[in-house]
Amino acid sequence: MIHLDLSKYNELKDMDIGYYKSFTRKMVIFTVLFSFIPLLVVSTLSHHYFNTAYKEKVVAHINELAFKHKQNIDNFLNEQLMNIRTLAHSHDSSKLSSETFLRQVLSVFKESHSSVFVDLGVIDKTGGLVAYTGAFKLMSANYSETDWFNKAKEREFFISDVFLGLEGQPNFIITVKKDEIFLMATVDFKAFSSIVEDIRIGETGFAFILNRQGNLQTLSRYNVVPSRMVYRELISKASLNDNVAIFSNFKYLGKKYVYTMIPLKGGEWVLVLQQEVQDAFSKLYTARYIGIAVFVFAVVGIIIIALVVARKITKYLAEVGAAKEKMHERVRETNKLASLGELAAGIAHEINNPVAIMVEEAGWIGDLLSEEEFQETENLTEFKRALAQIKQQGARCKDITLKLLSFARRTDPRMVNVQMNAIVEETVKLTRQSFKFRRVEIKANMQPELPTVSASATEVQQVLLNLINNAVDSIDVSKDDGLVEIITKNDNDHITITVCDNGQGIPNANLDKIFEPFFTTKPVGKGTGLGLSICYGIIKKMGGDITVKSEIGQGTCFVITLPQSD
Amino acid sequence: MFGGKLLIVDDEAPFVDTVSKRLIKRQVNVIIAYSGQEALNKLKSEPDVVLVILDVKMPGMDGIETLKHIKSQYPLIEVIMLTGHANVETAVEGIKYGAFDYLMKPCDIDVLLAKCEEAMTKDLKTL
Repeated sequence: MIHLDLSKYNELKDMDIGYYKSFTRKMVIFTVLFSFIPLLVVSTLSHHYFNTAYKEKVVAHINELAFKHKQNIDNFLNEQLMNIRTLAHSHDSSKLSSETFLRQVLSVFKESHSSVFVDLGVIDKTGGLVAYTGAFKLMSANYSETDWFNKAKEREFFISDVFLGLEGQPNFIITVKKDEIFLMATVDFKAFSSIVEDIRIGETGFAFILNRQGNLQTLSRYNVVPSRMVYRELISKASLNDNVAIFSNFKYLGKKYVYTMIPLKGGEWVLVLQQEVQDAFSKLYTARYIGIAVFVFAVVGIIIIALVVARKITKYLAEVGAAKEKMHERVRETNKLASLGELAAGIAHEINNPVAIMVEEAGWIGDLLSEEEFQETENLTEFKRALAQIKQQGARCKDITLKLLSFARRTDPRMVNVQMNAIVEETVKLTRQSFKFRRVEIKANMQPELPTVSASATEVQQVLLNLINNAVDSIDVSKDDGLVEIITKNDNDHITITVCDNGQGIPNANLDKIFEPFFTTKPVGKGTGLGLSICYGIIKKMGGDITVKSEIGQGTCFVITLPQSD
Repeated sequence: MFGGKLLIVDDEAPFVDTVSKRLIKRQVNVIIAYSGQEALNKLKSEPDVVLVILDVKMPGMDGIETLKHIKSQYPLIEVIMLTGHANVETAVEGIKYGAFDYLMKPCDIDVLLAKCEEAMTKDLKTL
């Protein structure tokens, strides 16, 4: 999951890489946890408060709807009841028992009430039908055994439950007691039922009416109504004292429903509003889905950011660590060189002092030999030759110690962005001065506006000086047209510095060994064999390369390649 | 030769002795000292010293320390530093404290003499 490539930092040890990888992992885990926990808390709280507030709003809306519909239905029932009661109280029993009168009244009702009443009748106290007008032929009917009549007998007025009448049609009856008779009116069930059937809530909500036993009092256009047992259970749970009872998350056939119940007809009926939970709280669900999407997006975002930030920080730390390690390496190297320098200086002192004494003693012998008394001495020439040899070898010792010191001398190994042309120019100027009496032309051919390279200026100069010295040494002094040319060039992401001469060239057999320490072709006493191996070490340390091409009699070219600065 | 004496200071007695003999043979009026302290004593007792050849590395008071004393007490006396090793920094430090120049051992007697003459004629050149 966390892939971190630190292999390019050569200075880092395996242990360090392991540490940086573990550091990245920990940082990702901490960042994710510390961002995720507050996000989770805020999201949970927001969800909770929004959920509660929205549910309250939905419940309030359902309450309002339930009350409104209850009012409509109650108004309808009361209106029908009032019509029958007014009729009963406005006329005496004998008139009401007149079928002609009832027919007239029904006709008036039908004109003014859109046929809500199907029929009108009068029943005596024994349940026998005294008078009747309407759609059915009921003249011989006796209602003494019916449930509704027995209930109606005990009350001044009564609205029955829906039942299948003697004619096999569902209906309900309004009865009003008048002296010894009961005025009865059958309400058009379809007209009543349609008031309830037409109620729609959202996309899945509808209404129906139940009695206390859980029997449907209206039709339903939907077949999702659970069984009567379910309604009984619901009704038994609800305390229907004119209050709305709401049951949400009621499961039936794999769906969840919200049931809202409100009593009608003095508590004998219950108006039930049924709606799928998904529909009732659709906006809440939409908001929940959006919330979950935002949450998931935020979590993914946090993880990505944590990964990116952790990797960037670790990369930065690894860079700093690598740079620090590099610096320590340089300090160690500098200390090593400093110790080497001190050692070299000590050796030089210890050698040069006795050599100086020997040379001076030889000089003194030479001084004495130059006196007249020794002029005739036998072997005078041999003495003088021996003294000259001592002097020459003394000078050689001095030269060797100088080179030793030069090798061990402190250079500034700090890598900075350097302009190669400036270093070449300075070096060429220096060498021109040194070789002005040799018939060698030192030429610089530099590409203008070269990009900088990351290098130690003093070390690069040391390399160039060495190469130029070697080049000059390889040129036959008798030649008139000795040429050393230094060419700088930009080559893609590298800079090349070529030092070419038209000297004697290097034999193929030696080309492979040329950068090996202590390999020299110069006469004894002229070269230490360290120069090119030092050059090789310096260039390699800077991330560059040095190669050689040579042809006997034609000359030699050393090509240094250094990477451009970032 | 210089219209004054030349003082050679070095802890390497054989070197001092031989060089002094060779310089005397070349008509140079030479006195010698084997340490920095001895050199300062000699300068006190020999007022006509005009030039000092001073070794850099000596036990006790080293060449640079001796040079500082010489230059503070006898600013007109010229000093040429002599070093057994090519520590340019030390030699350059000597020049910073007023030495005329430095030479590296082993050095040819004629080169030494030429440097001495150069030091003695310095004032004439700058006039």
